[in-house]
Amino acid sequence: MSANGGRLGVRDGLRVASVGLRARPMRAALSALGIAIGTAAIVAVLGLSSSSQAGLLAEIARLGPNMLTVEAGMSLARGPAQLPREAPARITHLDNVEQVAHTALMKNEKVYRNSMIPVSNTGGLQVRATSLNLPSVLRTGVARGTWLNEGTAREPVAVLGSTAAAQLGIDRVYPDLRIWLGGQWFNVAGILQPSPLEPEIDSSALIGYPAAQKYLGYVSLVGGAQNTGPPSSIYVRADIDHVAAVQSLLAQTANPEAPYEVAVSQPSDVLTARAAAAGAFDSLFLGLGVVALVVGAVGVANIMIISVLERRSEIGLRRALGATKSQIRTQFLGESILLAGLGGIVGVLAGAAATAVYANSKSWAVVIPVEAWSGGIASAILIGAFAGLMPALRASRMPPTVALRTV
Amino acid sequence: MSGESVLELDGVTKVYGEQPPVPALRGVSLSVRQGELVAVVGPSGSGKSTLLHVIGTLERPSSGVVRISGVDAARLSDRELSRLRAREIGFVFQQFFLAEHATVRENVADGLLYAGVPAAQRCRRADEALERVGLSDRAKFKPTKLSGGQRQRVAVARALVGRPAIVLADEPTGNLDSTTGASIMQLIRELNAAGATIIMITHDAGLADQLPRQIRVLDGQVVSDTGRDRGVLVASMDGPGAKGDVS
Repeated sequence: MSANGGRLGVRDGLRVASVGLRARPMRAALSALGIAIGTAAIVAVLGLSSSSQAGLLAEIARLGPNMLTVEAGMSLARGPAQLPREAPARITHLDNVEQVAHTALMKNEKVYRNSMIPVSNTGGLQVRATSLNLPSVLRTGVARGTWLNEGTAREPVAVLGSTAAAQLGIDRVYPDLRIWLGGQWFNVAGILQPSPLEPEIDSSALIGYPAAQKYLGYVSLVGGAQNTGPPSSIYVRADIDHVAAVQSLLAQTANPEAPYEVAVSQPSDVLTARAAAAGAFDSLFLGLGVVALVVGAVGVANIMIISVLERRSEIGLRRALGATKSQIRTQFLGESILLAGLGGIVGVLAGAAATAVYANSKSWAVVIPVEAWSGGIASAILIGAFAGLMPALRASRMPPTVALRTV
Repeated sequence: MSGESVLELDGVTKVYGEQPPVPALRGVSLSVRQGELVAVVGPSGSGKSTLLHVIGTLERPSSGVVRISGVDAARLSDRELSRLRAREIGFVFQQFFLAEHATVRENVADGLLYAGVPAAQRCRRADEALERVGLSDRAKFKPTKLSGGQRQRVAVARALVGRPAIVLADEPTGNLDSTTGASIMQLIRELNAAGATIIMITHDAGLADQLPRQIRVLDGQVVSDTGRDRGVLVASMDGPGAKGDVS
């Protein structure tokens, strides 16, 4: 006989530990279910928050973190300040500035679906004159129809932001489509896609500067001559490596006489903060997952205690065949760990599947943090060890003669 | 029939409980030689099951000496006793105790599981043991597909597979009808003829009379032993067991 002292190898150990599971697969599956649900909830919560964060970060990367916004701030003496007319042109001449677009908010003009709408029902929509390169600077595409061009910028023609189009009940563009803008009819040429960097564009009706001057009287007098009015927002794309340098020069360049009346911001900061918030997981669901795990652990402990009682004769037989107390203990502890571990694996797979389905529906990258799945399986195994400890000790301490006494 | 002694009991007592103490064995002394076929016979409550458990080292005696293959079981730790059971003792139970989800071959091979025998060798020896009990063609069956007699043959094969010094059979025919029981008795005699040392516990005096040696047990004492004439020690009625009760 070999002299290894009767210790079981890994394969024999696994086979013995899985005897109960193979003999009663249905019961094993049901008692592992609690663990599976708990693990699935935890993995899904962590996976979804990571995936939504990844989605936002990808959005930021697409939109580019190198956009800066220059806006008229508050003047110390005269209330709302204005940007000088020449500000965009001056900024264009700065080093490391790649693109400059600008819009002018016309505070007194409102837009309605038609002339019958009460004046007070503005829907919070704005009217803005815009430079023609706005979509390329914001990296916002046209969802329907076309963007303004040199010709339509002179005519009563508008392009709607995505929110504005939805508010006005317009979801497609056709030749005679008109809206009531600033007290006259404007044709609608197109609808923009959402612009996460500048949500105010979404709720605007955009027209060309020449049209604003001609139809809405948005003018400023320069040297006695009428000219198009000043911009209220300037959108600057800077060289990605020199964003901070450009940012520090923008206020002075835009309004050298009163740089303190200029507000400069980096819109991607807002999105980055939102991404950080999305990465924070939902502690309510995480708590529910933990509760499910605890309930699952109680279920496993319960099943193991019943199993030890039911299998007394098996325990007695194994002792008669030469199993030591510690081998019996290992068998039942192993069974409990196996049970909970399988539940944990199933739970991780289910949680990952739920994350994948949801993330795909939102077109996010599927991100399941390593801590989520490894932690899920590890905690399941730990729970199995904990839940199985008492039943395993009971089994090992049972005297073989008691175990062999059949009821 | 006259090999060396594989089992020796000397003044073995077993007392259960504290208040009041219940003596189950009172000074049992006996000796079994290699190759013997012994019946331990007695009515219910006579202490024969306790005697089987003490011989099988499943239970430690309150006092006295149990020697298996010359080793004093009282000096062994639980772990060493387990190893002794794995290698020196084979059990056959009235209720068979077969694993229903495992095949016949796996059941028999499990007789060697805790003896440190590699898996391939366990399987090969299980097939040999099954051949000895005449069930080679049922190796891949589940025990649920077998008759009661066949199941007990599987259990016998499991007890034999480790070639133990002693096979302990506890009422092996108790759950079987008389015809099937007779065939199991026939098998036990054949295995003994082939060299196995077998101690069979039974309440059935008629069954015991078929075997070469009978040890009759009553009230925890050996009242007669047909092996006595071969120089085997028998406990006296007022032997050391009386002292053991008090201690």
